[in-house]
Amino acid sequence: MDLKELYQDIILEHGKSPRNLGKCEGYNHDAKGYNPLCGDKVHIYLKLDNKKKVESLTFEGEGCAISLASASIMTELVNGKSFDEAKDIMSSFLNMIKNTSEIKSNHLDDDQKTKLMSLSGVKQFPMRVKCATLSWHTFVSALEGKKKEVNTEQID
Amino acid sequence: MDVNEIKSQFPIFSKKINGKSLVYLDSSNSSQKPISVINRLNNFYKNEFSNIGRSIHSLAVNATNKFEETRVSVKNFINAKFKEEIIFTKNATEAINLVATTFGQQNIKEGDEIIITELEHHSNYVPWHFLRENKKAIIKFAPINNDGDIIIEELQKLVTSKTKIIAVTHLSNVTGTIVPIKEIVEIARKKNIPVLVDGCQSAPHIKIDVLDLDCDFYAFSGHKVYGPTGVGILYAKRKWLEKLPPYIGGGAMISEVKKNKITYAPLPEKYEAGTMPTAEVITFNESIKFMESIGINNLMKHEKEITDYALEKLKKINSVKIIGNPKNKAGVISFTIKGIHPHDIATILDEDGVAIRAGHHCCQIFHEKMNLTATARASIGVYNTKDDIDILCKAIKNCQKIFDLK
Ligand SMILES: Cc1ncc(COP(=O)(O)O)c(C=O)c1O
Repeated sequence: MDLKELYQDIILEHGKSPRNLGKCEGYNHDAKGYNPLCGDKVHIYLKLDNKKKVESLTFEGEGCAISLASASIMTELVNGKSFDEAKDIMSSFLNMIKNTSEIKSNHLDDDQKTKLMSLSGVKQFPMRVKCATLSWHTFVSALEGKKKEVNTEQID
Repeated sequence: MDVNEIKSQFPIFSKKINGKSLVYLDSSNSSQKPISVINRLNNFYKNEFSNIGRSIHSLAVNATNKFEETRVSVKNFINAKFKEEIIFTKNATEAINLVATTFGQQNIKEGDEIIITELEHHSNYVPWHFLRENKKAIIKFAPINNDGDIIIEELQKLVTSKTKIIAVTHLSNVTGTIVPIKEIVEIARKKNIPVLVDGCQSAPHIKIDVLDLDCDFYAFSGHKVYGPTGVGILYAKRKWLEKLPPYIGGGAMISEVKKNKITYAPLPEKYEAGTMPTAEVITFNESIKFMESIGINNLMKHEKEITDYALEKLKKINSVKIIGNPKNKAGVISFTIKGIHPHDIATILDEDGVAIRAGHHCCQIFHEKMNLTATARASIGVYNTKDDIDILCKAIKNCQKIFDLK
């Protein structure tokens, strides 16, 4: 285990000053997520245009550095992506957290991949994986227009 | 009391965790185990194993006797009157469920009221919530103040002619508040209301005297009192155990079984259905012996010294906020650090070999009341030293360094 890999500067920085915080104007999808084990909460606000492209994506939340940084980085990377691209980035992210250390998605450039890979250290801290994935699951829930709150104890 | 000698009785402290010596500050969650307890469990399985109560061979007789010896030790440990008043369960949670279910079945009807407090662990709320769901009972929460003390006058105001039971913790697992149970029992007695005490955190830390408290029910878990997992204890006044219906049905709890009629075993077997955690209950006797070998007064004095030292040192660290400031406090210290989430604190401290807990500690009602989502908690056991506290404080400062907050 290596703390420095978990708490990389970019994570600490995003954790301290998360981007895209608040409700975006004209959002037409939103979803809530909750981690009952630690009380972390996130609320995703999403505006999809009529071609189902992400026009804006913001969040409100309370949580640890990992969960805030993950949400913040997600809002940056997913903005402007189509529905399918966004879902592909999400599954690539989950694959990185659970299996590889790489990001395989074709929808991100190298800088963006590096940014996302800063979260790969979480893999060594099993108790913290859900901190990193909460906002992503909640985002997909918003994307798919699901009504039920995302609960980290009910997804794997 | 020589804390280093005591610490040497716990094999886990000679192990390295993440390459560091273990600073264990999570005893409120579960305590570590002394070698005498570990050896007892091992020896029982190696040399003495048998189930209890059913067979007449020598091993069974020995196991049954040893099992009952633990019952007597527990009775003495909490100063109960009769050994039949001690029921073994799997943990305190099950003990509270036993009372809520059987008492509820017999005594609670629609509109009846149950008083609990804002300090309660989920284990002393959810079982009562079942009665709210199934019987349309009403749960009233006695409020706490910002110090983390239950406001007794407010609790008193909640009592009505519909109040059927009061269930309250003896010692908070978040703030360390020692609750004045006798005052609450006095209020309850005037209206003939029974009182259940959640003793999970008090049993390992303060002197327990159920006769003096005069509570009707007292529940605790062996694993927090330097004992094995799988042992819970319910003390109940005999009149209740005789009057209430059985909880779990099956072998050992019956007297006579016919096709059209079943009668139940006398106490305490009436409440101990099926094969019990035989080895663990027998082993728990060693935990009580361990507690007695230290002496509760020595233990309390030691833990107070460490707690006071920890509070003093923690208060000196910038941005550390201690949650609650109860009149009477035991060694449970919940805190927050400005700018760092408790989960990040726990992960970073773990790298320094410091085991604490982060989250809501199964007390969401408390956290909501205090406007907190989570806290970090350092809880003290008999083996903790001032060195442990120094290492904790150093690790917290390291945390602040990583987060660039000083
Ligand atoms: C105050 C309190 N009550 C109840 C419990 C539940 O104990 P167990 O999980 O052993 O049943 C705990 C344990 O965390 C506790 O601290």
